[in-house]
Amino acid sequence: MEELGQKVSFDSKRAKEMVNELRGSFEEGKTMGYEWRVEQLKAILRMINEREADFMAALHSNLSKPYFESFLHEISLVRASCSLFLKQLKHWMKPVKVPAAITTYPSTAHIVSEPLGVVLVILTWNYSFMLSLEPVIGAIAAGNAVVLKPSEVAPATSAIFAKIFPEYVDNSCIRVVEGAIHETTALLEQRWDKIFYTGNSRVAKIIMTAAAKNLTPVILELGGKSPVVVDPDCDLKIVAKRIVVGKWGCNNGQACVSPDYIITTKSFAPQLVDALKSTLEGFYGKDPQQSKDLSRIVNSEHFGRLTRLLDEDRVYDNVVHGGQRDEKQLFIAPTIVLDAPLDSLIMTEEIFGPLLPITTVNKVEDSFSVIKSRPKPLSAYLFTKNKKLEEKFAMTISAGGILINDTTLQVTNPDLPFGGVGESGFGSYHGKFSFDAFSHKKGVLSRGFGGETPARYPPYTPWKQALLRDLINGSIITLILALLGWPWRE
Amino acid sequence: MELVELEELLNEVRQTFKSGKTRCFSWRKRQLEGILEFLHDKEQDIFSALKQDLGKHKVEAFRDEVGILIKSVNYALSNLKKWMASQKVRMPWAFFPSSAEVLPEPLGVVLIFSSWNFPIGLALEPLIGAISAGNVMVLKTAELAPASSDLIANVLPLYLDNKAIKIIQGGQFVGEQLLDCKWDKIFFTGSERVGRIVMTKAAKHLTPVILELGGKCPAIVDTLSNLRDLKVAVRRIVGGKWGPCCGQACIGVDYLLVEDKFAPILIDLLKTTIKRFYVESDNISRIVNKQHFQRLCDLLNESSVRDSIAFGGSSDYETLKVEPTILVNPPLESLLMTEEIFGPLLPIITVKKIEDSIEFISKRPKPLAIYAFTKNEHLKQRIIAETSSGSITFNDTMVQYACDALPFGGVGLSGFGKYHGKFSFDAFSHGKAVLRRSFLIEFVCRYPPWNDMKLHFMRCLYRFDYIGLLLMWLGLKRE
Repeated sequence: MEELGQKVSFDSKRAKEMVNELRGSFEEGKTMGYEWRVEQLKAILRMINEREADFMAALHSNLSKPYFESFLHEISLVRASCSLFLKQLKHWMKPVKVPAAITTYPSTAHIVSEPLGVVLVILTWNYSFMLSLEPVIGAIAAGNAVVLKPSEVAPATSAIFAKIFPEYVDNSCIRVVEGAIHETTALLEQRWDKIFYTGNSRVAKIIMTAAAKNLTPVILELGGKSPVVVDPDCDLKIVAKRIVVGKWGCNNGQACVSPDYIITTKSFAPQLVDALKSTLEGFYGKDPQQSKDLSRIVNSEHFGRLTRLLDEDRVYDNVVHGGQRDEKQLFIAPTIVLDAPLDSLIMTEEIFGPLLPITTVNKVEDSFSVIKSRPKPLSAYLFTKNKKLEEKFAMTISAGGILINDTTLQVTNPDLPFGGVGESGFGSYHGKFSFDAFSHKKGVLSRGFGGETPARYPPYTPWKQALLRDLINGSIITLILALLGWPWRE
Repeated sequence: MELVELEELLNEVRQTFKSGKTRCFSWRKRQLEGILEFLHDKEQDIFSALKQDLGKHKVEAFRDEVGILIKSVNYALSNLKKWMASQKVRMPWAFFPSSAEVLPEPLGVVLIFSSWNFPIGLALEPLIGAISAGNVMVLKTAELAPASSDLIANVLPLYLDNKAIKIIQGGQFVGEQLLDCKWDKIFFTGSERVGRIVMTKAAKHLTPVILELGGKCPAIVDTLSNLRDLKVAVRRIVGGKWGPCCGQACIGVDYLLVEDKFAPILIDLLKTTIKRFYVESDNISRIVNKQHFQRLCDLLNESSVRDSIAFGGSSDYETLKVEPTILVNPPLESLLMTEEIFGPLLPIITVKKIEDSIEFISKRPKPLAIYAFTKNEHLKQRIIAETSSGSITFNDTMVQYACDALPFGGVGLSGFGKYHGKFSFDAFSHGKAVLRRSFLIEFVCRYPPWNDMKLHFMRCLYRFDYIGLLLMWLGLKRE
């Protein structure tokens, strides 16, 4: 067992012991019952309510995340999620009756949701609270034993999870493992029944390769460059606000669903840039470094990465707003770049920071081919009043999710599946999708000893083949004959 | 296949997908109808190919492959429009005015690996799903079933759009070349060992996979006092063991569990039923090739296994036929009892009481199917709750395969992902969330600069405390 607050080496041997213990708990049936699941969910809700201040402080410590953002994007969403699960779980756990085929009449068919077993959730740093608990809630609700591995890049939340979480949940079935590459590798050497990973594609490949050894299914929630297309036919003031809050109001651009870059027409770009500038000033003041409403860059490594994107030749010259930085404070000002070359790093890598490139095209429809020529993103946004353009966008742009006339809100609706496609990942979660993500849907077909047709058995005759043909095609008359035992002799 | 050829082939299907042609309902319908025409026109050729590859009788071939495919295509044709439609999702009032839906879209270019035991069925069943979902695809046929492979590769293309659906023959080398390419999804039916290779290679491109593997599918046989019920049960067991490809089926019965006291009665009835069913040698398939034949002989020849043979046990290398064989309580650590048999050997394990079979099964890797013959409702509930498998069928074998409303797929070492019916459509689709908002109604409280009042507003909003929001707006509520 991990010693809380003590540095104990977590190697493959300890990982194996831990997994064996959890598997033992699972096999005993501890996590199966509705009562246990509800107890854990209620405990998590209680934890959020009682320790809100501790978590908010940790989030602030990691990223200087404004309290408002922590509340809005993390605490509230998880609280809402817990409440939803508590309300719906009984219903979700029930077997679902489905039509049985005429071919198997008389019979009944059900789909039963059962837990997978012992699952591993590897978490990321940018929404270290929400992105940690959301999949964990799903895994617990589905009746699994869970191990969480918080991100070492968000050390304050990782430490607080390791300390607080065990005080509320059943430690014989739910564990937190802190650490970095060494600990993650030790975990990945074990056999899991599912692995859920949020993060980047480089690490995702390592995880999926490790999972393949044990044929472990995975869900990968990755990122990508989420484009925002701005049609001149829009309400510019509102558009600017929704883009700014979606970009810089979400962890200062360090969010997988944050607008990554904008595409608009050459003629509209100047107005858009002006609107964004004035909105930025309205939100963050003339000196954004003084604003309390902007997160910081998570660490110096990412700071270095972002400055490299900005300082590339032909990019820095195209900065039309911002560009200031303060390495000590890990601060980069909200920055807008106009028409950076399409092959520059800022236009090919996921930015994950407060830099917003704008690419211009001749007409707004040209933006479609720009997006389609790139890897599929997690989200794609369009601002327009033109219904036809809206339809075309929704139908032809492939992305995890599409949002028209706003940004980032898709994560707040638990009835929508949240997940990527192509390079942005696979599998989805949120709401019932989380429950399903961590369940095995088992088909149960129940027959009696009646309805026996000798046609299925050898010795085979042409008669039998004809009968089978009709039966498989659902012929009622043949079914009746079959039920009567026709043909009576083989 | 030359690498250059493969690249050209892939470019062609990618271009076809980009053109958008496969997204139309009419295209998908046409391809599905093409499959139906193939199955009707070439039925005799299909029977001949299966006879040549596996010695399958045409009734078995129809029952297990052709007939099932016809049913699946018709089911897809009847439901396709419904499946393709987007599903509306409710939005909270707080976001008014707004709307949300989940829109299914094709994944793109998918790779399908067929398997040799049902070389027509396991090739076309996933193809039906991939087509219904609007993808372009490459299907690699099973090289161990050469006649069926030739038929699919040379004749089926005459019925389908060759710019969108490519069929490739070949062995391991071709398989590996295909796996080195980038796909939007890979669907694999086959063994655990190869499943691992497929997933490892898919990981290089982060390609999602579906693995339909196997396992040791047990059949629990409770003591049945009614003779008629017992006879029906035995027919279904025999039919479910030796009927589908002579035991070479992923959901075929692998072994039986029965109470000590009941075992002799069961075994006697199994023997007489086997003799009655398989009086004609052509009513049972043969082993696919010499390698698998040898594998099965090795399973039988392991020490102490031979001693447990209660019926059958002989084999003929020339005809690749292995007799239906029953073994009683072979050693549990033998290969026969630890590896998937995939052949006509049926071990029977006796237990003191039938409930013990639950523990026996749950100590072992999760199988693709569990069968149980019983009228005891309590036992049924325990089996459902205390074991895990791809599926469970009570009082019959194999027939769950024909039920389109049930997901077909494994769990644990029997695989992951599912298909059949709408699950096939979903397996090859991406459910894209589409959320629409308007420019009316702005919540200024979302925007910085943030303050306590805005925070309080958002608290109310998240709790859907609309009264609180109204009062705040009217200036009547302060934090």
